[in-house]
Amino acid sequence: MTILINGKATPFDGATLADALNANGYADTVVATAVNGTFVPADARSDFAIKAGDQIEVLAPMQGG
Amino acid sequence: MLSVYGTELSSRLMLGTAQYPSPAILADAFAKSNAGIATVSLRRESGQDRAGQDFWSLIQSLGVQILPNTAGCHTVKEAVTTAHMAREVFGTKWIKLEVIGEEDTLQPDVFGLVEAARILSEDGFQVFPYTTEDLVVADRLLNAGCEVLMPWGAPIGSGLGLNNTFGLRAMRAHFPDVPLVIDAGLGLPSQAAQAMEMGFDAVLLNTAVAKAGSPADMAHAFALALEAGRAAYLADPMEPRDMAAPSSPVIGKAFLS
Repeated sequence: MTILINGKATPFDGATLADALNANGYADTVVATAVNGTFVPADARSDFAIKAGDQIEVLAPMQGG
Repeated sequence: MLSVYGTELSSRLMLGTAQYPSPAILADAFAKSNAGIATVSLRRESGQDRAGQDFWSLIQSLGVQILPNTAGCHTVKEAVTTAHMAREVFGTKWIKLEVIGEEDTLQPDVFGLVEAARILSEDGFQVFPYTTEDLVVADRLLNAGCEVLMPWGAPIGSGLGLNNTFGLRAMRAHFPDVPLVIDAGLGLPSQAAQAMEMGFDAVLLNTAVAKAGSPADMAHAFALALEAGRAAYLADPMEPRDMAAPSSPVIGKAFLS
């Protein structure tokens, strides 16, 4: 299936949000996640099921004013 | 010492982390500024570049408190969700709440701001709202649970200084016991000194330092200005008057005409 990670169409054959992060270079990173506009805490990623077309946002610390 | 949400702040300068020419210059500017708080944001992370991870390491090395923002959010939902994500990543209940209402001025959407502040305060956040000098909005924010207010000096990044000194003076007078931080619009140290002379508790700035020819030197200049302005406020400045008043004694003046 195809999902969107930070707006980019991405092939995905896993099951959970944790799978999606691990498969796309986010293992061991300091990030926060949201799926379809809803915050998903880190401790819920392993149980959070991903379906085709889901929009995943992966955010990290960045410069800000 | 200034205390916000029960935390004593080591400095009256809050400094942003954006737009510096390099990470090393950012670190140098912080060192020269004596800022006690760094503002940061959350943005999309690439699984390949992982740019945010290096930035996070840099910020942690500064030894300052972290104030994450909701910059760029235009709706209550965006701001609240971003705040939750920031709380997890940065490990702090503090959130600099921005709900932008107008693109040209980046003026706060004060209606959304009050609603988001209420939602976040009820959820345990300690909200630093980026607001205007409007007294009614300020009162609503306090009722929503905010214990600090951050009125703008001028539009973000404009460097115009304190655009509405009448309104800001009224705000200071109206809320004598609420920590008030001038957030945004400052371009020069003299403008920061003016804010402190007016009795504001702290200033938050970014562009004025980051975009200076020498960010570290400008950071130092702002630190000096804050110190001078605060000292002047505590010294109880004289009241201005419209007409001249001789400073040398009149009595005893020689009659020479």
